[in-house]
Amino acid sequence: MPTILIDALTYASWLFIVSLGLTLVFGVLKILNIAHGSFYALGAYTAASFVGWAASLKWAPGFSIVAMLLAAVAVAAVLAPATERALLRFFYGRDEVLLVLVTYAMFLILEDATKLLWGANPYYVSEPYGMFGSVSIGQQTYVGYDFVLVGLAIAVGLLVWWGLNRTRQGKIVLAVMHNAEVAASMGVNISRVYMVAFSIGIFLAAIGGAFTAPMISVQPGVSVGVIVVSFAVVIIGGLGSIQGAAVGALIVGLARSLAVHVAPVAELFSIYIVMAVVLMFRPEGLFQRTQVRKI
Amino acid sequence: MTASRPTSARAWRQAAIAAALCIGGAVHAQETFKIGIVSFLSGQAAESFGIPAVNGAKVVIDAFNKGAAPAPYNKVGFGGVKIEPIYVDENGGATKQVQELRNLYDRDKVDAVLGYVGSGDCLAVAPVAEEMKKFLILYDCGTPRIFEDNKLSYVFRTASHAAMDNVALARYLKAKNIKVQTFNMINQDYAWGQDSKKDFTLSMAKLYPAAKPGEDQLPKFGAGQYGTEISALMSKNADITHSSLWGGDLQAFILQAGPRGLFKRSQVVFSAGDHVLPGLGDKMPDGVILGARGAYGLMSPKSALNDWWWNLYSKAYNVYPVQAPYRMVQSLLGLKLAVEKAMAANGGKKPTPEQLAAALANSEWDSPAGKIRMALGDGHQAIQETAIGKTRYDAGKKMVVIEDIVRFPATCVNPPANMKSEEWIKAGFPGATGCP
Repeated sequence: MPTILIDALTYASWLFIVSLGLTLVFGVLKILNIAHGSFYALGAYTAASFVGWAASLKWAPGFSIVAMLLAAVAVAAVLAPATERALLRFFYGRDEVLLVLVTYAMFLILEDATKLLWGANPYYVSEPYGMFGSVSIGQQTYVGYDFVLVGLAIAVGLLVWWGLNRTRQGKIVLAVMHNAEVAASMGVNISRVYMVAFSIGIFLAAIGGAFTAPMISVQPGVSVGVIVVSFAVVIIGGLGSIQGAAVGALIVGLARSLAVHVAPVAELFSIYIVMAVVLMFRPEGLFQRTQVRKI
Repeated sequence: MTASRPTSARAWRQAAIAAALCIGGAVHAQETFKIGIVSFLSGQAAESFGIPAVNGAKVVIDAFNKGAAPAPYNKVGFGGVKIEPIYVDENGGATKQVQELRNLYDRDKVDAVLGYVGSGDCLAVAPVAEEMKKFLILYDCGTPRIFEDNKLSYVFRTASHAAMDNVALARYLKAKNIKVQTFNMINQDYAWGQDSKKDFTLSMAKLYPAAKPGEDQLPKFGAGQYGTEISALMSKNADITHSSLWGGDLQAFILQAGPRGLFKRSQVVFSAGDHVLPGLGDKMPDGVILGARGAYGLMSPKSALNDWWWNLYSKAYNVYPVQAPYRMVQSLLGLKLAVEKAMAANGGKKPTPEQLAAALANSEWDSPAGKIRMALGDGHQAIQETAIGKTRYDAGKKMVVIEDIVRFPATCVNPPANMKSEEWIKAGFPGATGCP
C-alpha cells in the first residue's frame, strides 16, 4: 500500500505542474490550449541545452537546477508574449472551437520548429536526476529527485494560489476570470491580464518539461503523451480551477497507480473510467460551478 | 518598330516552346527508376527508426548512382538507370498512409515503394498495393500476420518478422545456462508489444517449462513516465525482466529504472534495444542482454560488404549504423538485384511490377547483416540470422560494447515455410536447425 501511494503522489505531482498551466490559461483566456504540450517540450529542450551549456562551462552540478528554472523562464518570457500578442489576441471572443483549431495549428508548427532547432536526435540531461541520492522504503528504492518534484509541485501550487488569492494583481486576474466585461468596465487592462496569465501558464508547462528532461530522452514527440492525460486531469477537476487541477492530478495518479499494481492491463482505462464517472455526476468537473448560459 | 513586335514575340514564344521540347526530350532520355521511400520523418518513431533509415537510404542510393558500391552491387543505379527517391513521412496513421501510397503510384508514378516501420501501417497498405497491382517492399515492420494470414503477389518483406527476436532471446538464456524460475515483462500496449510478449512467453514455456511469468506491465506507447511500472516490477522481483520497448520509451525506462536498481536485482533482456546504445553511452547499465532484430550494428558479422556499409554510414553521419538503417540497406540491395535480374530478362528495359515480383520472390542476396533469403510466405517473406549479446560500457572507447555474442542461424529462430510462427513455437520449434 505505501508503494501505491508513493507512486500515485510522484506521478500526480508531475501531472499537476503541467495541468496547472493548462487550467490557468483556460480559466483566464477561455482557451483550451492544445499547444500546451509543445511548450512543455520546448521547456525540456531548452533545459537540455541550458544544462549542457552549464556543464560545458564547468559550472557546479547544482547549477543545473538553476539552469532548468532559467530555461522555463526563457521559454515563457520569449514565446508566451509573442504567441499571445501576435496570434491569440486576434481570436479572443471567437468560437471556442476556432480557438482549439488555432492552438492545434500552433502545436503542429511548434513541433516542426522544435525539430528544426534541435534536430531529431535525442538529448540527455540525466545528471540532475542523480543529484538527490536515493531513498529506500520497504522493498523499493526511490530516486530523491522524484520527491524534489513533489516539493516543486506543492511550491508551485501554493505560489499560484497565494498569487491569485492574496495579492492585488491576483484578485484582478480572478475578477477577469469571473467576468471579463465587468472587470474591463472597472478599468482593468484586460489585454495585460491575458498576456501575463498566458505567460504564467506557459511557464508552468515549460517548468514541467524542464524538470522532466532529466528523467527522459528529450526527442520529437514528447509533447503528445503529456497533453492527453493533462486534459483528463483538468476535466476531472473542472476547467479553470486550481484546486481542481490538484485534486484531479491526485485522483488520476491514484487510479493509475492502483491499476498498474493490481490490474496493469487496465492502466489507461482506469484514468478515463474515473473521468467518465466524475462527469456523470459533475459534468462541469469537481471544482467548477454550473455555468449560467448567456442568451 | 511597332510592326516588328508581334513577330519578335512570336519568335521568342516559338524558341521557348522549342527549348521546352528539347528539355522534355532530354528528361525523357534520362529515364530514372523512381522509388517511394516511406518512413517516420516526424513523431516518436523518427529519432530511433525513421530518420536513421532514411539517412541510410540516402547514402546507399548515392553510392548506387555513382556505381560506387562493391560487387555485385556496382552497376550504376539499377542496371544503369539512375535511382530517383521520393521520401514520404510515415507519421499520421494508417488511413493517411493508404492515401499517400496511392499518391506515390498514381501521381508520382513510382516504380516501387519501399517503406513502413509501423505494423499497423504495413497491414493497411499491403492490400492496397495488391489491389493496384503495384510493387511494394515492407522493409521494417515486425508483425508476422502479413504473410501468415494473407497470400500476396506484389508485396514483399525483406527482413525477418518479430517472432525471431523473442525466440532468439529465450534461446540465448538457455545457451548461456542462465537460471530462470520467474520472469517479469514490460511491453507497450499495442500490436508490437503484445506480439513480443506472446512470443517470449511461448518460447519460455518450451525452453524453461518450470519458469513462471510474474508481472505483465503494458504501458501505453509514448508513456514517458515509468516510475509506477518500475515499482511494480521491483515489488514482484524476478530472475528475468523482458521488454520489447524501443525508442524514447526504452530510453526513458532505462534512465528511470537504472538509478532505482532494477538492473541489479533482475537480469534485464531487451528484444530490440541496440539502437539506444550510441546515445545513452555510460548511462546504459552493464550486463543487459539485448537483440537488434537481426545481426545488426555492433553484432553485425565481419565481411567486406559490412565494412563498406559501416564506413559509408559512419563517415556521413558520425555515428555507427544501428538496426533501422541496416534493414533499409538490405532492402535496397535486394531490390537492386531483383530490378537488374528483371531488366536482363526484359531486354534491358524497366521491368513491370509482375516481372519485378517474379525476380524478387524466392531470391537470396548478401547483405551487411548476412544472407537474406526470401524463404517464407511463398517466397515473399525474408529470413535471416540474428545475434544476441550483453552490454558493457568501455570507458577507454567511450562507448557501449556488446560481449558474449551468440549467433543464431536463420533456420534456428524462424519457422519453416509451412508453419505459422505461433504454431511453430507451441510445437517446440520443429525443424529448427543449427542452433548453438
